[in-house]
Amino acid sequence: MNASHLMAGSPWQRLARDWRSWAVLIIVAWPAIDLALPTDLRIGALLPNILAFAFLALGIHVVTGATGLLHLGAAAFVAIGAFAFAISTTTAFPFQLGFWPGLGVAIAAGTSAGVLLGLPTTRLRGDYLAIATLGFGEIVVDLLKNLDVITKGTQTLGDLPKPWLGVTLPNIVSTANAWIWWHWLYLAFIAVAVWLLHNLQNSQIGRAWIAVREDELAARAMGIPVARVKLGAFTLGSALCATGGALYACLLGNSSDPTNYDFMLSVMGISMVILGGMGSLTGALVGAMVIGGFNVIILDKMTRWLGETDSMLLSLSNWQYLIFGLMLVLMMRFRPAGVVPERRTARGSR
Amino acid sequence: MPDLHVLLEILVIGLSNGMVLALIALGYTMVYGIIELINFAHGDLLMLGCFAALTGVSMAGLPITPGSSHAWITIAALMIIVPAFCAGMNGLVERLVYRPIRGGPKLTALVSAIGVSFIFVNIGLIWGGLPLWAPAGVVNALGIDPAPFGSSASSFKNIPALLPAENLLPSHWGVGIRMAEVVTFGTTIPVLIGMSWLIRRTRLGRAMRATAQDPIAARLMGIDTNRIISHTFLLGGALAGVGAVLLCLRGDALHFQFTGFRAGMDAFTAAVLGGIGSLPGAVIGALIIGLVRSSNDILGESLWTNAMVFAILILLLIFRPGGLLGSTVREKV
Repeated sequence: MNASHLMAGSPWQRLARDWRSWAVLIIVAWPAIDLALPTDLRIGALLPNILAFAFLALGIHVVTGATGLLHLGAAAFVAIGAFAFAISTTTAFPFQLGFWPGLGVAIAAGTSAGVLLGLPTTRLRGDYLAIATLGFGEIVVDLLKNLDVITKGTQTLGDLPKPWLGVTLPNIVSTANAWIWWHWLYLAFIAVAVWLLHNLQNSQIGRAWIAVREDELAARAMGIPVARVKLGAFTLGSALCATGGALYACLLGNSSDPTNYDFMLSVMGISMVILGGMGSLTGALVGAMVIGGFNVIILDKMTRWLGETDSMLLSLSNWQYLIFGLMLVLMMRFRPAGVVPERRTARGSR
Repeated sequence: MPDLHVLLEILVIGLSNGMVLALIALGYTMVYGIIELINFAHGDLLMLGCFAALTGVSMAGLPITPGSSHAWITIAALMIIVPAFCAGMNGLVERLVYRPIRGGPKLTALVSAIGVSFIFVNIGLIWGGLPLWAPAGVVNALGIDPAPFGSSASSFKNIPALLPAENLLPSHWGVGIRMAEVVTFGTTIPVLIGMSWLIRRTRLGRAMRATAQDPIAARLMGIDTNRIISHTFLLGGALAGVGAVLLCLRGDALHFQFTGFRAGMDAFTAAVLGGIGSLPGAVIGALIIGLVRSSNDILGESLWTNAMVFAILILLLIFRPGGLLGSTVREKV
């Protein structure tokens, strides 16, 4: 926050002048606002879904936004996280770990898969890396679908544990207002991730990411170990995506159909980062809220408001591809920096 | 050990699939060679071409007896209309989407291409739901099933057969060659020879090669590179259009999402395998991928065929990014 108009005044005055503090306040206090709304307009129960999406955006933010590697297979890591969590915790298998160890397993699986894919592919040039990650994404979906001994394929692994915080969180669907606890828990997860990323980005590592993104040759010439920096970013991004996958599976109570983690999900993640602003942490979160919100809330509510319609043209979900496609094309053409452009400071960028 | 008949069957199916793939792979490799863009929407352009062919078939008046003169005239008409449609779409996209951002970062163009691919997919979805095959009155008068191509917008579409499905060879030979395969070879081989002539011998071809080699030098030599790039997109689109018609004649089911994505990834893998930017390489790569697919489909588990093609792609990108015929080029500063 080196911009001069934000520097004046006491820390509290500075916070009050930054729109981001108000956005955070509204999101944290949303349960109170939501309960005051008429039942039709309540969206609270859908919010944890969006917050789980935010991890996808944070993962892609690290790989694509900060380090400049176009990652088209992020959905695969979400799937790996979700299935690692499901396999290690479901009652269908003997492991039956709790929520916290299961989350640990998911993150470990995401991290190792990230190293496995990142080791050979981060050495590739930009567009080849993009295609290699895309291919990996498709292979993972096929593996999960075909290895149904382990993953139960499209039947999904069910009966996953709820988070345990001294007490077990109630089921989000069947218990009224249970979502409030999930909301705050997932917000806490995001807060930890954002704190971690914010500190990383202001460290030597984060500055190396930016240097590699801006000019790989120059970064190499300055003595930055480019291969290691890229691999580190790729692995961290994979771990974040896997965390999101585990949180999503936990929220859903099952692993979900492998085909849900397809290329569309990866492109949605890319769209979040591009819409928000490549390289901007705030932008990634804003993008996740807008696109996650569009996907989870608008599509859901619009379909309900329009009612059951026979007309294919009136069903909003039939226009989803067009909306994302147009958004990508138009953003690239007219506003490549996104809606919350990255701030560049003397010491790096945020 | 598979016997000779199985091997011959693999060969026939693999090579004819590979020839269709070659047409698509050429579109990838030409565009990449000239502006270094992985034209992500190319496979989906093919899918739109298939939908155009489907509409064309239904406008020609159903039912069509396979192999009748009615069917042959329809095929001939499709071979003109569909490539023209695909070329037009590709040219339009180049003009509206890629040209304004030319000169920017490479990934910007790639992300735009992904966007275009999604727009195409959505057009395919809506197209598949439109009752384009015949107006309701005609449907009732002819007694045709009102939705002959599939039950809903997003379902697989069955393309009406235009060619007879029986084997042209005596049955005791044990290997099948259908009319669709004959037409495939009969179309692709002249098209590929024509392409080779166009690139090697004509003024346009020389200008294309010059632009691919060094756009700035080409411009200094008086070549209108924008026009050449446009023509490359038109040509690539037309090839995809021919591929789309052949795909329809082979009787594969058409899907707004899978058809384009699978064909696109196969063809891109073929282009990389042959060495992206190299035209003969694209054809050789496509034949190899066609054979890999058919042998895996026939001998092994077809469930794993797609995963295998992707695995080949990743291994190629890692270990031999230059492909079989291409050369490894260091990224320019």
